Amino acid sequence: MIDQASRIAYLEKIQPGKIIIWTLLFLGGVVMITPLAFMISTSFKTGTEVFNLGIIPENPTLKNYIFILNESKFLRWMLNSLWVATFSTVSVVFFDSLVGYTLAKFTFRGQTIVFVAILSTLMIPTEMLIIPWYMMSREFGWIDTYWGIAFPGLMTGFGTFLMRQFFMGLPDELIEAARIDGWSEFAIWSKIAMPLVVPALSALAIFHFLGNWTAFIWPLIVTNDPDLYTIPVGLASFNGEFETDWEIVMTASCLATLPTLLVFLLLQKFIIRGVMLAGLKG
Amino acid sequence: MAYYLPSLKLQFRYLMFVSFWNKLSINQKLAITAWLFLAVPIAFYVIIRFYPTFEAFYVSTLKWNLLGAKKYIGLRNYEKIFADEDFWLVLLNTFKYAGVGVPISLFLAFSIAYFLNEINRWHDFIRALYFIPFLTTAVAMAWVWKWFYQPMPIGYINYFLTSVGIPAQPFLKSVHQGLYAIMAPAVWAGLGFQVIIFIAGIRAIPRSYYEAAEIDGAGRWQILREITLPSLKPTVIFLTVVSTIGFLRIFDQVYSMTTNGSGGPLNTTKPLVLMIYEFAFDEFKLGRAAALTVILFVILLVISMFQLWLMRKKP
Amino acid sequence: MNRYIKKPIVALAAGIVALSASLASAVEIEYWQYTYGSRVKAIDALIETFEAANPGITVKHTNFPYADYRKKVAIAVSAGDGPDVVQLYYGWLNDYRDSGLLQPLSKEAFPHSSIESDFFPMVSTMKVDGDYWGLPTAVRALALFYNKDLFAAAGLSGAPETLDEMVEYAKKLTKKDSGGNYEVVGYATDGGAGQEHHFMREVLTRLFGGAPYSDDGTKVTYNDAAGAKALKYLTDFQMTHKTGASGFMNRGQDAFKAGKAGMVLDGSFRINTFKKVEELNFGIAELPGHEGNRYNFASYWINGISSKAEGEKLAAANKFLQHITSDAAMQLWLDTVGELPAKPAIALTDENQAHPYFGPFIRGLGYATATAFKSEKPQRQAIIDAIDMVTLQGVSPSDALNKVAKDEQEVLDDYYDN
Repeated sequence: MIDQASRIAYLEKIQPGKIIIWTLLFLGGVVMITPLAFMISTSFKTGTEVFNLGIIPENPTLKNYIFILNESKFLRWMLNSLWVATFSTVSVVFFDSLVGYTLAKFTFRGQTIVFVAILSTLMIPTEMLIIPWYMMSREFGWIDTYWGIAFPGLMTGFGTFLMRQFFMGLPDELIEAARIDGWSEFAIWSKIAMPLVVPALSALAIFHFLGNWTAFIWPLIVTNDPDLYTIPVGLASFNGEFETDWEIVMTASCLATLPTLLVFLLLQKFIIRGVMLAGLKG
Repeated sequence: MAYYLPSLKLQFRYLMFVSFWNKLSINQKLAITAWLFLAVPIAFYVIIRFYPTFEAFYVSTLKWNLLGAKKYIGLRNYEKIFADEDFWLVLLNTFKYAGVGVPISLFLAFSIAYFLNEINRWHDFIRALYFIPFLTTAVAMAWVWKWFYQPMPIGYINYFLTSVGIPAQPFLKSVHQGLYAIMAPAVWAGLGFQVIIFIAGIRAIPRSYYEAAEIDGAGRWQILREITLPSLKPTVIFLTVVSTIGFLRIFDQVYSMTTNGSGGPLNTTKPLVLMIYEFAFDEFKLGRAAALTVILFVILLVISMFQLWLMRKKP
Repeated sequence: MNRYIKKPIVALAAGIVALSASLASAVEIEYWQYTYGSRVKAIDALIETFEAANPGITVKHTNFPYADYRKKVAIAVSAGDGPDVVQLYYGWLNDYRDSGLLQPLSKEAFPHSSIESDFFPMVSTMKVDGDYWGLPTAVRALALFYNKDLFAAAGLSGAPETLDEMVEYAKKLTKKDSGGNYEVVGYATDGGAGQEHHFMREVLTRLFGGAPYSDDGTKVTYNDAAGAKALKYLTDFQMTHKTGASGFMNRGQDAFKAGKAGMVLDGSFRINTFKKVEELNFGIAELPGHEGNRYNFASYWINGISSKAEGEKLAAANKFLQHITSDAAMQLWLDTVGELPAKPAIALTDENQAHPYFGPFIRGLGYATATAFKSEKPQRQAIIDAIDMVTLQGVSPSDALNKVAKDEQEVLDDYYDN
């Protein structure tokens, strides 16, 4: 039986206006994807075909993928990238939320200065910091180690800023009540506050994972041994002084994008739901 | 054996601490706990970020080529920078990237998020289409975009333009268009991040606001102007701060898309970070690079503080 | 301690002493270069023969991606790390020398008279303040690559021999579509990027009667009448003759690979790239001359001894450097990497000179010069900017050169002020 209400709802669903909007958005999405489509299509082309700029390769070949997986330590690099990015992301999720929470839910003298100071770390390009970092790594024997690659990224100003905003959106009463009940501060943070911002943590996780995954300059400087390279560094070794086989570069980029794509697809629902719950209140 | 009982000295110290702790007010206890939580992170930031930053600031007063001796020259680096006409062009470029890039990307991102919010069929898929560019590497995408910008008959963009009667454009080979041609992929790549944040912000607006407005007979545009946009103010400001910092620090696209990676033609696409990079690692003039870093830092700090100050005001 | 313990302890102690003695006599030195398949293979092969001939010395071979090779070496050395023998682009010599990364080559191990008699003259750029600072295994030069199929279709039999012929041929090879857009360019120009700025600086200015720098290297001299003629010649391909546009197919070499360019100027390192494209039928010829003269530009990577090497390591490093700049090493390098030998005795063999690919480059080595760069990137950028000014802003060649000469002179002055 179709009653009046659902008939109206059905008609509302197929408003011509909505169809136009849907079509425009869909087409826009397709346009957004076009450069990526080229990257993927080039990865299946041979060196000679690279310059036929059609989007479908005429003689699709897996040669490039085979070349990368056989001739280079690509899988090893992917493992290194995965390991470093995951370790760094876990650390960031832990520490940035701890600091963000402390800056949001405690009142104490000097908290604004601490916040501004941490925020200001976003304003220095990494290029200027790699030299002191290298000296430090040398001193402590961190060259060619996972720790050496990961240590600069264990806590970030961006993540702290983000988490602070989210924690500020939580009602203070919740925390007060727990304090009155005798909970320790650490327990309040870990058992009450954190579960409420899991979606925000997912957003932070994916943004940080992605940033870490594509980091190039520091991993390049701190590693000498190709077994320790992360993916961006490994990819760079395909470019000689004068050689750049673009079909190889595209293939490598495709391979490098896959894990981040997976992480995004897994976490995207959390992000929307979560950022929505807190609404980024000021 | 008396190994496991604490010594009398230790017991005494513990009792002193407990009686001290019990005399503190709740606020003081909370403050101490806060600093305890912050102890390790602050140590981290001081060692890993602040100390190297101050070193960099100090280097800005030196003449140093990384491998040789350091020579103190005071503010000479700054004098040289301000006297260099290329610097002012680079500064202008950097502000152009942000001044044009931020509004365009925010406008686009909001429009996409706003309308995306209204469709249900394939919503997740279409949303993913807008986000995926964010995951790509700048180098690979720069190569693809360079082909898009090729002149006829190869370049897709010119092909499209000429088919609707607009003459073909030089894009990357032009001193006027180059900057905007490079800005486009930067906007394109960053759109996904902003769209997601906007979607979340829009969804957080309570339904009750909309229902009240509908009862009052408000039209779509009125609702947009009077409810949606004002409620999104915190989101807009957050995205403005982050995107502005991002565009002011643009580097990858310029490095990958210009001849020689030098921000050409004729420095018309060169941003500050590229200038820093060139001084540091192509010419090994670390003092100058550090001085430029200080200038960039001050710019970013002032602009961000200003934007955050705007955020203080309640809507 | 009873005697059941004493004997093993003495044996152990003796063993330790013996072990450390043998360890002490094994010297390990480290060699750095940038990552590139064939170069890595070549060095590995050379290390094998070296270690076989020199038991007691082991060489650790490390290489890094080219993109940031220079940065990496600089940072490592500034922190006290780094190799004993290092490969660096000859254009970086001054920076590295200044900052104490390198030590001058010992005159006993590398007598100047042998260097001067054995190596090509362009190596003299490595002599600064009376010392040699590094030696190349191989050098690269420029030549003209041309598409034989396109030439045949345009009725041209061989490569152009003079600058004027090059213009004529380029015009015949250019094809445009109905809209006036390039389909095939006669001469693929990179607007000064790639190798073209070398062509302008070392070849064209001299061909028109001038010189890029003063004899002592302290003054820019390409902004004279000869230089202006040279720049006009180069930019005329785009501006007057319309035989190509910078940026067509992104890079000249890509246009050539795709079979859409009649001619392109490039270095010996490009041979393998073009060989890989099966459909490309290409030939190589010496750079065209002018009024009976020919010039060429050569570049090379040198191997230097880092200042950190001393004592035993220094002796080992010297031996290794001798090994990799020996005659045998150069022939191996030519065969494996495709770069030209740095010594005329190896390069100018009949076999090598007659080689269809290497021949034109090798013949060019005889009259090639290498620019003594003070700071390579801004000097390279100067030529690119000059070309941009003429082609994009309509500035006259002499005005453009005057402007960039001023900037480049600052770079030189800055260097000599130290």
